[in-house]
Formats: sequence, structure tokens, C-alpha cells
Amino acid sequence: MNKNTVKIESTFRVGYTQYLDEAGRLSESLENFSIAGVSSELLVEFYRWMLFTRTFDCKAIALQRTGRLGTYASCLGQEAVGAAIGKAMREEDVFIQAYRETAAVLIRGVKPEEILMYWGGDERGMDFQGPREDMPCTIPIASQCCHAVGIGYAMKLRKEPRVAVVVCGDGATSKGDFYESVNAAGVWQLPLVFIINNNQWAISLPRDEQSSCETLAQKAIAGGVSCEQVDGNDVIACYIKIKAAIDRAREGQGPHLIETISYRLSDHTTADDASRYRDEENVGEAWQKEPMTRLRSLLMDELIIDHAAIELLEKECSDEIDAAVARYLAIAPASPTAMFEYLYETLPDHYLDQLEQVRSAILQEGEK
Amino acid sequence: MKDMTLIDAVNNALFDAMAEDENIIVLGEDVGTNGGVFRATEGLQAEFGRERVIDTPLAESLISGMAIGLAAQGMKPVVEIQFMGFIYAAFDQFLCHAGRMRNRTRGRLTCPMVLRAPYGGGIHAPEHHSESTEAIFAHIPGIRVVIPSSPGRAYGLLLAAIRDPDPVVFLEPKRIYRLQTESVENNGQALPLDVCFTLREGSDVTLISWGAMLYETLQAADQLAEHNISAEVIDLATIKPIDKTTILSSIAKTGRCVIVSEAARSGGVASEIAAIIAEEGLMTLLAPVIRVSGYDTIMPLAKMEKYYMPSVAQIITAANKVMEF
Repeated sequence: MNKNTVKIESTFRVGYTQYLDEAGRLSESLENFSIAGVSSELLVEFYRWMLFTRTFDCKAIALQRTGRLGTYASCLGQEAVGAAIGKAMREEDVFIQAYRETAAVLIRGVKPEEILMYWGGDERGMDFQGPREDMPCTIPIASQCCHAVGIGYAMKLRKEPRVAVVVCGDGATSKGDFYESVNAAGVWQLPLVFIINNNQWAISLPRDEQSSCETLAQKAIAGGVSCEQVDGNDVIACYIKIKAAIDRAREGQGPHLIETISYRLSDHTTADDASRYRDEENVGEAWQKEPMTRLRSLLMDELIIDHAAIELLEKECSDEIDAAVARYLAIAPASPTAMFEYLYETLPDHYLDQLEQVRSAILQEGEK
Repeated sequence: MKDMTLIDAVNNALFDAMAEDENIIVLGEDVGTNGGVFRATEGLQAEFGRERVIDTPLAESLISGMAIGLAAQGMKPVVEIQFMGFIYAAFDQFLCHAGRMRNRTRGRLTCPMVLRAPYGGGIHAPEHHSESTEAIFAHIPGIRVVIPSSPGRAYGLLLAAIRDPDPVVFLEPKRIYRLQTESVENNGQALPLDVCFTLREGSDVTLISWGAMLYETLQAADQLAEHNISAEVIDLATIKPIDKTTILSSIAKTGRCVIVSEAARSGGVASEIAAIIAEEGLMTLLAPVIRVSGYDTIMPLAKMEKYYMPSVAQIITAANKVMEF
């Protein structure tokens, strides 16, 4: 074919950012990041929240293994993206989570015992007392992206300077709800930031079998939404890029999508056994890139904290989580009648005999 | 007071609701500039603007999912799904999130949304445009399913659905969209949800139906009266939750019941009503309950459609059968 007959309508590129590499080396001096709001204090905060999250995660798995928690989805290895989201958002923004953004949720004010309540099988865990407008976790994949469109639409309609931030996984990007949402966010130029926590695995399906796209970020281009990739194990890059996207959205510059590239170091959930489908070698390599070691190296190289300070942080996090676990374990179970209490604002008469059945079952149990 | 068809009544209710509450927004495919393919939303965008009357991309899961997000933010979205045949893509969102939001957040977030869709057969429409699958929705906890059967009830029930603090699926029987004109008091007055309407009092047999089939059911009642059979006609109206009290007290009076439904027979709303009567009203029955319904087949295309739809004659035959038992 004569090349003159081929007209190129558009070309696209997807950027990739890493500031803090695997060895803990920054791409430029730390002072240069102050313009982006990255201070020594913020780095320590990041480290503390990531440590807190990992300690919590470890504790949650221990509780599950000892029969005191139900199936739990670990976020091991993905603490950086969660911490970055949590610190980049403002209180009045709305966070729409999947279920592996523990660091973000904790930073936004959800209590560890509330998270444990939910995974422990108690609906009250999602009635978190902190960020009242944030959405509960979303177990069906990608459906939360559609909710985020509605939330962003409401913010834009009311002309509020607020932003919706939604997270989904790599597997979610294969689903219609994801595409439909990115497309709609583009049409209406919503104050909405999509984050793909690409942890390489959708239960047993690896990233390269999920999609033949070179990047998952580029899926946004089809919806007319700008996009980029970020090293999801680099909390500094995650924070700067997510913060910038949120700021632009708040100023009315529309939606943006960020693919953060990380790795699911854990099983999918406590009910999964990843050794059935992936090599230890693969996981071992991923451990070399995990987000906390490199941040700790930076903090120590820059003389921001020392071993003693780290040990103190570890003790603080551990004590706080032990206290939260104690509170979780002490929570009295809700009355089984609660399953009717929150079904409708006012329970229709139709359900009264069913409610009565539960009540008498409780009474009978009491008599035993 | 205005003369209205059922579709006019839907339009009027949307108009009055939007004028009353600025948090109400209408969204769906072709609902804005085009006013909806049945014209249910005609004039709304001109009156309330493009931001509150939203032409969405063609994506049903998005539409119902974004309504959940809007509702969580305190808006009151009224979604139009163009035909019930396209509602299944929106079903996942409705089942997994809309109906559960209040419960799974223990009341922290709620989902006051309405999902409107034209449904039912009898208008020689193309494939996927004629089914009556209300039972699928009636099975979902935490939501209501409401079906009007006249202009007046369409106006009053749609207002009630919009004002309701929980998610409502509002199914509009499109066969009777323009079949009858009625004088409707469009004074912003809602009708109650969760209750049946007794359209005609009778003493020999209770005929229960909903939506467009009430048209045939009322004709059957007229013809039965000519043969001295007094039929009570109940419009179920709220398909979920079912008003057991009205049904059981009518059965207690007549002792006989025929349930008329356009939907496939097995696992349907008619079966649920029969089960309620069997459990709680059996001793008042003088004859077995009969369901007059569509078949457990795929809804046929236009040429065979009339053989699928329950007829006045079938209803009369069933009524005679319970009378003669």
C-alpha cells in the first residue's frame, strides 16, 4: 500500500513514572520534590501508614487462621498506592474502594476494628464512623466504577469543588462496567480519578492473560480520558501523580486514569492458595520490588529516621492494632432482627411474620 | 384535573416530581432531546435542563450503576431503561448494590432510585421487546416492584415510587400506554405503595391481576356479571412486597381465586400469590386456585403473539371452572 493513502488520525502515548527505585534511590534530590508537596515529614507519614497497614494485614490473616475472622483479602505489597491515595485526597472528597485499598481506607478514618468487623461477618463494619460519604467496599468486580460516575456527576451538577476517586484491579479492566464508566466520565468530563491497582493477578489469571494491551492505562484512551502508568511500589510517584490528577479534576479539568503497577504478594484471599498457579520464583522477584524496603532505605539514607525510630514506629503500630483487635473481639453481636431493620426505611407489613419467625428463633435459642 | 393516557400520566408525574424537588434527575437513553422513544420524558429537558435530564451513553449497567452513586450522594435518580428486554445488563447493579446499600452500610448510605421500563407484549414489537419478567425483580430483597394499570394509578404510583426512600422498579405496561384516556387529578398526590387496589367488589370469585392484563380481567368480570357471577377484581399494583391482607380477606369472602398474569407460568408472581393463599388462606377456599398466564415458552414474535397472551375467554373459562368445582 502506498503510505500516502494511510492517514494517521491520532497518536497516543502512555507515560510511566518512577521516582524512587527498588534500591531506594531517588531520581533527583529530595529537595526537588518539595514543590510537589513531598517533605521529610510526609515520607515518614507514608512509612508509618504503610507499616500500620502491613501490621494490620498480618494480624488480620492471623485472626482468620485462628478462626476469629472470616475470609480476608490481603493487600500485602500494595500499601504504597493505598497510602498515596489516602494522603492525596481531601476529607470532603469521596473514595470508592474495591477491597484491597486498606491503607487508603485507614487514612481516611475508617477504624481497623471496623474493617475487621466487616471481614468478620458483621455488616456494621461498613457503617464506618469516619468518612460517612465514602462507599462501602465492593466485592463484585468493576461495578464500583459506575457508582463513581454517579458520585462525580452529583459533584459536578452541584458545582462542588470535590473529587471522586475510584480503585479497581487489573481484572476489572476487562469488564464492561469499567469501560462504560471511563467512557461516561469522558463524555461528561467528571471530577473523577480512576486508579487501576494492577497487582498482576486476578485470582489465578496473570496480567498477560487478562489483556494483550501493552498497558492497562491505555484503555482510558478509548473513552477519551487521559492516562498514565506509575510504579505502584513507589509511594512518592503514586502520591505526586494521584495528587496532580485530583487537583486537576477539582479545577474542572476532567477525569484521569492512573495504572499503578504493583504485585499481589499474598494469596488472593485467605481462601486461596496461590502456589497452585504461580511460581515462588516469580513472587521472590516481586519481593525485591516491594514498596516498604525502598522507602525505608531512602528514609535512612537521608537520615530522616534511624533504626531506633523504626523500632519505635513498629511498636506503636503493633500496640495500636492489638488494641483495635481487642475492641473488635469485644464487640457484642448484633441482634439477628437487624437483617430486617435495614432492609427498607420502614419495614413493609409483608415482612412482619418473617421478622416474628426470627424473633421466636432467638427466644428459643435463649431457652436452650 | 387533566385527560391523560398512561404515558401522559408518567410524563406528568415526572414533571411534577422534578418541579417539586431539584434533587430529582432523569437519565437514560434518548430521554433528553428525543423525549424518550415512547415520549415519556417529552419536554422535561426543555424545562429542567440538560444537567438534570441526561442523555446517557448506550450502556445500561452504567446507567443503573451511576444512579446508585447519585443516590448515595443524596440525589434522586429516575432511570429509564428503554425496554425491559435491555434491563438485564442493569440487573447486576440493581441486585448487587441498589437493593443492598441500606442494609450493608446499616443505613449510612441509601439508594432512593427509580428504574422505569416499559414491559409486556401485545404490540407486535420486535424480538426482546415483549417479555414480562417482573418476577425476576420481585425476587430481589430490599427493593420494590410497582406496576400501574391505569393513567390515574400511573401518576400516583410513580410519584410514590420517586418519593420512596428505597429503590423501586417501576414497570410500565406499554400495551396500554395509549389505550385509554382518563381524567386524572394531577395535584401532586401520590398513591400508597405496598397495597393492592380493589377495582371492583364481588362475592363469588376473586380475580387478581396487574398491569395490562387488568384490561382483559375487567372485561371478563363484566361478562361474568352477565351470567350472574360476581367477580371481585384486585389490581396487585405493588408486585413486591405483596399486600397479603387485601388478597386473603378477598379470598375469605369469595372462596375462589383466579390469578391472571402475562408472564411465563412457572416461578412467577402468580405462583407466589397462589403460595400465599395455600399457606394462609387454604381453609377459606372453595376451589383450587387457577393461574391464567403466558406459557413457559419463549415469548413468540408478532405472528404468534396472540396465542401467548391470556385472553378474556381464558379468564372466563377459569372463573367458570372454579365456580363449578
